[in-house]
Amino acid sequence: MSEHYSLHVNGRDHDVRDAWLGENLLYVLRERLGLLAAKGACEQGECGSCTVTLADELVCSCLVLAASAVGQSIVTVEGLAPPGRPTDVQQAFVDTGAVQCGFCTPGLIIAAHDLLDRDPDPSELTIREELSGNVCRCTGYGRIIEAVQRVAVARREAST
Amino acid sequence: MTATGIGAPAAVRPGTLGTSPPRPDGIAKVQGTFEFSSDIGGDGALWGATLRSPHPSARIVRIDVTPAWKIAGVETIITADDVPGKPTYGLIDQDQPVFARDVVRYVGEPVAAVAADHPETCRRALEAIVVEYETLTPLLDPELVVEGSAPPIHPNGNVLRHQRIVHGDPDATGDVVVEGTYELGMQDQAFLGLEAAYAVPDSGGGGVDLHVATQWLHEDRGQIAACLGLPDERVRLVLGGVGGAFGAREDISLQVHTCLLALRVGRPVRMHYSRAESFIGHVHRHPATIWMRHHATGDGEIVKVEARLVFDGGAYASTSSAVLLNAITHTQGPYRCPNAVVEGWAIRTNHLPSGAMRGFGVVQACFAHESQLDRLAEALEIDPVEIRLRNAMRTGDRLITGQIMDSVAPVERCIRETVALPFPDEPVGGVDGDPMRLPGGAGLTADPSHVVRGIGYGVAMKNLMYSEGFDDYSTARCRLADGVVTIKVATAEVGQGFVTLAQQIARSVLGVDDVVLDRIDTDIGSAGSTSASRQTWMSGGAVDAACRAVRRRLLDHVATEHGLDADRLTIEGTEVVDVDGDLRVDVADASAGVDVDETAEYHHRPTHDLDELGQGDCHTAFAFVAHRAIVDVDPGLGLVKVVQVATAQDVGVALNPMSVIGQIEGGIAQGLGLAVMEEIIQVDGRIRNASFTDYLLPTMLDMPPVVASLVEEPEPLAPLGAKGVGEPPCISATPAIVAAIRDALRQAGRTHRIDRVPVRPIDIIGLS
Repeated sequence: MSEHYSLHVNGRDHDVRDAWLGENLLYVLRERLGLLAAKGACEQGECGSCTVTLADELVCSCLVLAASAVGQSIVTVEGLAPPGRPTDVQQAFVDTGAVQCGFCTPGLIIAAHDLLDRDPDPSELTIREELSGNVCRCTGYGRIIEAVQRVAVARREAST
Repeated sequence: MTATGIGAPAAVRPGTLGTSPPRPDGIAKVQGTFEFSSDIGGDGALWGATLRSPHPSARIVRIDVTPAWKIAGVETIITADDVPGKPTYGLIDQDQPVFARDVVRYVGEPVAAVAADHPETCRRALEAIVVEYETLTPLLDPELVVEGSAPPIHPNGNVLRHQRIVHGDPDATGDVVVEGTYELGMQDQAFLGLEAAYAVPDSGGGGVDLHVATQWLHEDRGQIAACLGLPDERVRLVLGGVGGAFGAREDISLQVHTCLLALRVGRPVRMHYSRAESFIGHVHRHPATIWMRHHATGDGEIVKVEARLVFDGGAYASTSSAVLLNAITHTQGPYRCPNAVVEGWAIRTNHLPSGAMRGFGVVQACFAHESQLDRLAEALEIDPVEIRLRNAMRTGDRLITGQIMDSVAPVERCIRETVALPFPDEPVGGVDGDPMRLPGGAGLTADPSHVVRGIGYGVAMKNLMYSEGFDDYSTARCRLADGVVTIKVATAEVGQGFVTLAQQIARSVLGVDDVVLDRIDTDIGSAGSTSASRQTWMSGGAVDAACRAVRRRLLDHVATEHGLDADRLTIEGTEVVDVDGDLRVDVADASAGVDVDETAEYHHRPTHDLDELGQGDCHTAFAFVAHRAIVDVDPGLGLVKVVQVATAQDVGVALNPMSVIGQIEGGIAQGLGLAVMEEIIQVDGRIRNASFTDYLLPTMLDMPPVVASLVEEPEPLAPLGAKGVGEPPCISATPAIVAAIRDALRQAGRTHRIDRVPVRPIDIIGLS
């Protein structure tokens, strides 16, 4: 357990020292870098709670070996906006009731931002398909879909 | 929407009762800064891990931990010999060992635990511990116990509870008789936030602080302290952020182990379960087999229900006796029923222990009685809605326990409002042939021309709060200082939003907008469990009472200041007002320099045990709900897509409509899971699908839109007029979906019955 490498997370380089190379990106983000927003809930890429972007692609950080992410840009929820100044997606989740226990929320926030960046006007079916990799056990998803739709409408209105 | 019992006509003020203010923890949760129990515990903390039995039934011949001690980084290893206090725990009967000593009774039973410097070191240490077992033949069929042919697998015996209900004329018969046997598989709560705890020992080892995600801090504390051999007050619990619960955090899981390890090494210890470990590390919904026979008149009026319920409780008691009580006392469902003969068994087996899950015994009973109501409708050739309306329970009816239904009981209204809700726009077989809209989605290629749409109904009754004489009170403290209210409760916030409601209550009662929530811990009296749909009523009642006590003192203060009689003063909006004069003063100004602090307990009315014939006023109150499900089925491929669920729910008063909708949609999703997706498979006592790859949870593509109507008839028994809303949504959603599948199959000319959940493709095809 004496490896040393560096990860580029949320615009900054972070040294990872004395790590075991078997550690996944989720563990390193949480336990070595103190970035606790990404959550571990299934450990096999089924639930999306640990979603981050790696080189602008959505990944389940539990499935990525941390050492394999060297040299690529990683973004977690901590990198979206400073504390107390939520993004439009984050604010919409709070306003619509898309948050209950909140454990799935950071992963969904990353995934929803990614979706809306790629498709500013997603249909309801597109939202369901695109976010179906993020499991929520509390809400039944209705408010989450509403939150994403609300942001899409607000962004369109702001741009016209 | 004004709540009864709230003096101030303040329901429209933002943030008060009846509005839907944002959650106080919402921004932290969306920004990832909310501290879940798995986020707690930093540098210097060791990791704990648990060694578990690989056998459903075995004698422990020998445990050798010495090979594990040789691994660098291992700090301690503990077994049953290291439990200083009571060797067992349990919510009702303390029959479950902290660590197995002589025998193991289920796959996953804890045998030893280690603390080490890294999770990987823990894994290697557990692998190094040698446990020699002599395997025994597991008891896996509860019917063997009912027959009396299975030797006891525990000193307390194999019958966790046997209870009959005999009511009215047991020999009564009807013109029409229908019967069926219904089965339910084992459902997992599958909260996303895995079990996690962080224990910090006192420097002298004489006490411990435990940060843990739980549903009931004080109950945990009592059980933990007994096992540690410490007085309760030396075990201090703080609620770690809870990532969902749904019943799975009502029992002890890792609490005692984490504390034992921390006290042993004199250092903080974190313990986190993996998903695979979580599946075997907490109790589940009871698998059940239920036979029911209904007698009715030619007009469809229910004459008698007969039922035999067998619940598999697994290896330890947990809450099986209370779950069984709920099941047998809800066999009639939300329908009048003058005569009943019911027999219920909760049985110990070598399966995974079962206990609390949202709906708590009523889910099982409801699947059976709603399937029966449809059979009755079919036999009488009347509409399934009509049979339910003809029998709908009303306030004042006598239950099969002899208890009088004195809750508001708008069963008929729930049914009628559900039926009136709009149907989905989506055509049968999906929109424009888009395969994503078809049963099975894009991957399984149902042919749109084969798809049949079915419709089904389910109606449920659910008891609220605890039963059978248990005084599950709640405690709240309210402090008003310089215009700021601080609320202190031990109420476990598990996602449901009690933190929001507590603020709303304080704002409504005290006319103050600035309401701070103190830490949720054991530094105040118990709040009881966040379960049984009880916290809005119980902790809501306690917060309301504490705020009212503070309000009285504030009004006394203002009265003294102005030389008035305090009875003339009230709070309207954010002002103290003299109802007989001109005085109007902002609460903020009136409370300047004031510092008042009141603690209140709320108790529901007493309940009583059932007698030998199952008679007695055992329940506190009830809520009702109706569901309508619309499904598309490909009968040839056995694929189902739930297209829409409509519901009208008896909520008393919607204190926070957005939160109520959240409970309704989330509960329906879990009911859908039980209907068509979710089951823990055990073969020969071994779980075969302990992962989210193999245990299927509803995703956004599985969950249909929900249309909901809130039936608001204030409940006079409830302190805020509101009923708990958490459990009803998941209860009759399941039978409604199954009824819709049956309806589709009937239209397709299939004659086989579907009487088991979850419904699998082979059940639909008719090959099971």
